[in-house]
Amino acid sequence: MADAATRHTRHKRVGRPSAVWALPGALFFVFFAVAPMILVGALAFTDWDGIGTPRWTGLSNWTRLWDDPDTHQAIRLSLVLTALTWLVQTPLALLLGVWAAGRQRNRAVLSAIFFLPLLGSSVALALVWKSLLDPNFGLIADIGPTLGFADGDLLGSSTGAFGAVLFVTAWQFIPLHTLLYQGGARAVPRSLYDAAAIDGAGTVRQFFAITLPQLRNTIVTSSVLMVVGALTFFDTVLILTKGGPGTDTTIMPYLMYKNGFQAFDLGYAAAVATILVVVATTVSLLLVRLTGFTAMRSTREGM
Amino acid sequence: MTDTLHRHPTDGVHTPKRTPAAAHPRPRRRGLPRANYPAGLGSLLWLGIVGLPLYVLVAATFQTRNGYIDDGPLALPDHPTFANYRRVLNSGFLHYLLNTALVTAVCAALVIVLSVTVGYSVVRTRSRGSRRVFQIFLLGLAIPSQAVIIPIYLVITKLHLYDTLLAVILPTAAFSLPVSVLILVGTMRDIDEELYESMALDGASPTRVLLQLVVPLSRSGISTVGVMSALHAWNGFLFPLILTQSKSNRLLTLGLYDYVGEFRVDTPALLTAVVLSIVPIFLVYLFARRQLINGLMGMGGK
Repeated sequence: MADAATRHTRHKRVGRPSAVWALPGALFFVFFAVAPMILVGALAFTDWDGIGTPRWTGLSNWTRLWDDPDTHQAIRLSLVLTALTWLVQTPLALLLGVWAAGRQRNRAVLSAIFFLPLLGSSVALALVWKSLLDPNFGLIADIGPTLGFADGDLLGSSTGAFGAVLFVTAWQFIPLHTLLYQGGARAVPRSLYDAAAIDGAGTVRQFFAITLPQLRNTIVTSSVLMVVGALTFFDTVLILTKGGPGTDTTIMPYLMYKNGFQAFDLGYAAAVATILVVVATTVSLLLVRLTGFTAMRSTREGM
Repeated sequence: MTDTLHRHPTDGVHTPKRTPAAAHPRPRRRGLPRANYPAGLGSLLWLGIVGLPLYVLVAATFQTRNGYIDDGPLALPDHPTFANYRRVLNSGFLHYLLNTALVTAVCAALVIVLSVTVGYSVVRTRSRGSRRVFQIFLLGLAIPSQAVIIPIYLVITKLHLYDTLLAVILPTAAFSLPVSVLILVGTMRDIDEELYESMALDGASPTRVLLQLVVPLSRSGISTVGVMSALHAWNGFLFPLILTQSKSNRLLTLGLYDYVGEFRVDTPALLTAVVLSIVPIFLVYLFARRQLINGLMGMGGK
């Protein structure tokens, strides 16, 4: 017996790779992702025009940032956009995902169509919507009056432009979250539904009593992706509104771009980026913390 | 039964509260589920929201500029024309396409090689080091690439890579790694321990185990990772925008952005460029639909 056991462990050791195998990938990732995240915090204390060497300036970016109304507005806009994104996308994606989880033929065909927006880049999709929302030649010129924009200039009004960013990003990203929920809903054990049906629970009741609690983990994952995504809707803003009218859709990543790569004040832009990193990580950690622990217990409750 | 759930819209209303008398299930529940009409209606509405812009997008590409302006975006072209396609293809599009294809291929290859080796080490090594590595990648999932673009710009200029395709490839690949490692660790954990043991009995080296056992058995995960990282590279915009400049190194997404200025009010030409940029991915979608969907679904499942 003892002999067999030692032989067993020796065999195990023979075929095992050393941790060195992970080094190339890990170093590559640290160099291009982790180190820059630390570096951005350091650059926030410098003055840098993008060409020379960054010059240490202490807290001056931060005091400026503290008094800058554009930054205040950007932070507010980003948070509002993130909250509204979650409120708009989660219910729709959840319903569509649970619906698409059904194995019916018509659902499979429609799901394949619903998936299409995921294939385009944010640039491509934003260009499509910019054309549709063009006050002169777009679809909005025809249907704008019914929506309350008589001249069709939706993107020219600050609520309209903000709403457009919210809508276009939802149109683009709901398919991704639908897919997550579809996967989640398909993993729910059928026996739970059978049991509920025997107990006489109807569709609505089953949705709230079984599907929703079972999808907790998926909801957390989808929410984290949604929140981090919404904080970084840069491509869409750049193409659709250029942060305007005025600065009314200048969310944080766009403010960073404007300061950094249009005004070439990269030190200040790094300070804005640092806030973005901190907000993004805090929100995702909070979401996981607040929901993650209970999720572990409840996923297979009642099994 | 998952299907039942979505097919009884009215049951919630009709089903009486559970009283002792109603404790026995009615037999029709066991039969074929009925159609869920509210859900069907909702899905048709969503079809309109998704389909209408896509219809305009495709229809407009066959429309002349004046036809589009006069008849509006919803009109079917009176005299379908390929002029827009000719115009776009003669505006440097093919060059951007080649650049993007090159960046995409190199990115996908790099991501596959790096995530396979990391995944192999994380799954098979019994050391704390590789567990740490895995945690770094998990944390890395939350790093938004936009937030670190400034230091990446600094690093790239210091490496004298500014305005090269490599400048886009390196950070793009790095930001594809966390999801890829996650997917591959999931796939590789499913490989049967006994298979490793029998290879170890033959005295196989870690490299041979990787190439003859792990890689063949992780094919589905590897193809998912390849498709995902390729999609990510193909559609990336921020890195090309900040890290490249010259027309010879322009990628498709940046090219599209520049067409806005070049084509101005020629919306059909602009939309044609959009369609042409999506066509290659659409082909991948047709042939590798499962890998693509599995990858995207997997992101939520872990």
